[in-house]
Amino acid sequence: MDALFALILLAPLAGAVSNGLIGNRHGWSKRVTTTVALAGSGLAMLAAFAAIARWLAATKGHEAWVVTLFSWIPPLPGHTVGGFLAPFSVDFSLRLDALSAVMVFFVTFVGFLIHVYSVGYMQGESERGYARYFAYLNLFMFAMLTLVLGANLLVLFVGWEGVGLCSYLLIGYYFTQDWCAAAGKKAFVVNRIGDFGFLLAIFLAYKVFGTVDFGAIAAAIEADPGAYAGYLNAIGLLLFVGAVGKSAQLPLYVWLPDAMAGPTPVSALIHAATMVTAGVYMVARANVVYRHAPEAMLVVAVVGGLTAVFAATIGLAQNDIKKVLAYSTVSQLGYMFLGAGAGAFGAAIFHVFTHAFFKACLFLGSGSVIHALGGEQDMRRMGGLRRVMPTTYWTFLVATLALAGIPVFSGFFSKDEILGRVFAAGVGDLHGYGKVYLVLWVLGVVGAFLTAFYMFRAVHLTFSGSFRGDEATWHHVHESPGVMVWPLRILGVGSVVVGFVGVGKAASFGADINFFEHFLHPVAPAVELAHHPSLATEWVLILLSVSVAGLGIYLATRFYTGPQAMAVPQRIATNFPRLYRLVANKYYVDEIYDAAVVKPLAKTSYFAWKGVDTVGIDGSINALAFFTEIAGDFLRFLQTGNVRNYALWVLAGAAFVATWLLL
Amino acid sequence: MDFLVAHFAQLVFVFLAAVSLAGALGVVLLRQPVHAALSLLASFLGVAGLFVLAHGEFLAAVQVLVYAGGVMVLFLFVIMFVNVRAAHKEQQYLRPLVPGAVVGSLLFAALALGAVWALGGRAGAQPGALTAVEGEQLGNTEAVAWLLYRDYLLPFEVVSVLLLVAMVGAIVLGAKKREGERA
Amino acid sequence: MIPTHWYFVVSVAMLACGVAGLLLRRNFITVLMSVELILNAANLNFVAFARQLGDLTGQVFPVFVITIAAAEAAIGLGIIVQLARLKATVALDSVKEMRG
Repeated sequence: MDALFALILLAPLAGAVSNGLIGNRHGWSKRVTTTVALAGSGLAMLAAFAAIARWLAATKGHEAWVVTLFSWIPPLPGHTVGGFLAPFSVDFSLRLDALSAVMVFFVTFVGFLIHVYSVGYMQGESERGYARYFAYLNLFMFAMLTLVLGANLLVLFVGWEGVGLCSYLLIGYYFTQDWCAAAGKKAFVVNRIGDFGFLLAIFLAYKVFGTVDFGAIAAAIEADPGAYAGYLNAIGLLLFVGAVGKSAQLPLYVWLPDAMAGPTPVSALIHAATMVTAGVYMVARANVVYRHAPEAMLVVAVVGGLTAVFAATIGLAQNDIKKVLAYSTVSQLGYMFLGAGAGAFGAAIFHVFTHAFFKACLFLGSGSVIHALGGEQDMRRMGGLRRVMPTTYWTFLVATLALAGIPVFSGFFSKDEILGRVFAAGVGDLHGYGKVYLVLWVLGVVGAFLTAFYMFRAVHLTFSGSFRGDEATWHHVHESPGVMVWPLRILGVGSVVVGFVGVGKAASFGADINFFEHFLHPVAPAVELAHHPSLATEWVLILLSVSVAGLGIYLATRFYTGPQAMAVPQRIATNFPRLYRLVANKYYVDEIYDAAVVKPLAKTSYFAWKGVDTVGIDGSINALAFFTEIAGDFLRFLQTGNVRNYALWVLAGAAFVATWLLL
Repeated sequence: MDFLVAHFAQLVFVFLAAVSLAGALGVVLLRQPVHAALSLLASFLGVAGLFVLAHGEFLAAVQVLVYAGGVMVLFLFVIMFVNVRAAHKEQQYLRPLVPGAVVGSLLFAALALGAVWALGGRAGAQPGALTAVEGEQLGNTEAVAWLLYRDYLLPFEVVSVLLLVAMVGAIVLGAKKREGERA
Repeated sequence: MIPTHWYFVVSVAMLACGVAGLLLRRNFITVLMSVELILNAANLNFVAFARQLGDLTGQVFPVFVITIAAAEAAIGLGIIVQLARLKATVALDSVKEMRG
């Protein structure tokens, strides 16, 4: 059993190492690289499925399996921390329970599909570049799997940092271009800010609980929640700071749109399906903490809700198709945190699950479009692609419908579950913050409208009407090769089908068939509420969100298709120029950060370099050397070469010692 | 006459001390190295006498045999060997007198004062102690031998090895250069 | 009887002469002779204290000192011979190569 778990991690790691060390440095053929890479991620997927199957057979999903791969930091006797805690020791352990099983399942599955897609997308690269890409991608799989399978905070953190690193490496894949390298750096630095909070949370957790193991911490809190009262809020907030960085919420979301500089499959894998959802996973993992930390949970919900709407508004005015999807991701992540903040951890993870499928499908579809157009990403120069790229179009449409939350498609079930729970939290006055949750619910509905609107804007600008680019590009346009199209098909089907495992009570007309929620119940149960909204109320809510989405779709279709296409948007842009510019320039957030944070930091660094380091430290060392030289110049006079002189000095010293001893 | 008899030991002491010190001064002051060597020889003999006075008969014998008989002969050999070639170019003079004199006098004063202050006018112990071995009166040489070969055997052996090393070193140093060999 | 400090004074006087000779003499050989003087002074000291304390160790130690002095004289004279061969002189002041 241990071997199987080890294989899940080691297969992609081995692939990464081989491709990285041999393929990237020495160079081997693309075929070999492809085989190694697909083997790495494919084996991980198969091993994961096997492990999950065995686990299910043995425990029916009710227990957790903890596998210790090796003793990482052994307990040294006598090494206590703070005097009253046990000696610090941590094992490199993996934990397979309902939550990690879900995550591992879609991470390996979607990851593998994206590896396959990348084979086609990255064909244009050189052999070394191709190998480098797949090395990084495999390395990412390794890190992500470590993250979701970790049995304690430290192993999770190893994976957390690892995915951050791979994100940097992959965003900056085209590092010869300055803006790509800069985007990679930005992602890493902003992530780091979040990681700082995460680290503080780990330290605090260790101080409070004396352990960093998830099972132990959960047991400790369950046994006596009151004992940790103040600490739980602090831990919850600090953990969430980490999540804000990793999952691109306000105010640390700024790296995600820039991350679109990386190759599109990277955006699909890392910045849609897996890495950015690590924050949600972490919050769900720590649900025991949050359910006893009402204020922290509220903060999570508020930040999530605000981000959801904020990012959606920016998405309205973006012209780069990948940027639209990026802001959409930020927004959807906001929904996930909104759900978690309302105590619906299972619903949040469900949205992570469905989002992985349809967002990856959307990104890969956009990659297909970009590939076909020879690198064009601006939607203003697209249009009419529906006829020449049918598969891409249909999968994109299906995924968009899922994202917009139209019934039957997967996104509907998950988003609706979240909104329903938020509303229930509002009505049921969760932790006494009912009013806030109601406001957040309203924001969520507004966000749903905006989501539907800007996504269909993107669909229509790209695929409907007639082509607005140049002739030469139009001649080149073709449907993408099979290796790219098949993942699209699979993900498209997934976007429709996976929703059915989590059909909520209202949508199922009262039947309790929410497999997903039940599956996750032992690990991440939803918070119990005093009052539940009635079934009828829930139907009204569903109707409301669906009609709001439908309104968005209708308006988008009206504005962006047909003979009157672009008329209304143009009028809005001309009549409200300042508002338009504000939104189109993403509220100038990057500029604000630059002025308020980056420039002062740069100035301080410059001063630390020129002023402190060069003048101060180097100067003092140089002065030391200078004085040593002067001293040497003086002492040189002792070296007369005259033996008798030396004898004199020896005797003088002897006389001194003799006198000193006598006195 | 009575004075002589009563203070015989002290008079002998003064005489021998004078010889020793005169010899010592001679080493410092005499110009020709051969003269200085002979003066040193006299000093050694004086010291040997002082050893006898202090009931160190064995040591006196060693002093005469090794120092006077061995070391001084060696010095004289080398002086002859070297100075014959160096001719009369050597000018011994005492120009840089001051630093040496100052240091030496300071040393002397400090130590002498310390000695007088520390020891006062204590007399010597019974001579019997210096000639006895576990209660038996056997004579100084046997007593020293017992100590040397029993309690201080290891230093004795080490010093023997040192002598061997010195012998080898001296041979190497004194050997003439062979053809084509660097010094 | 003879007070111990008489021996001590003699010993120190010899030491002073030895030191003076070490510093003042220009001939290498005479310098070595002064070193022998110093060693003799130390021996005298030892013997004086052996006499006072009734401990024979004070007479064993000079044996070692004499031995080592002999060895040292031999080596020192060997060096002098080498120096004389090299420079045809035994003046200390002529050895100035280590001037720095």
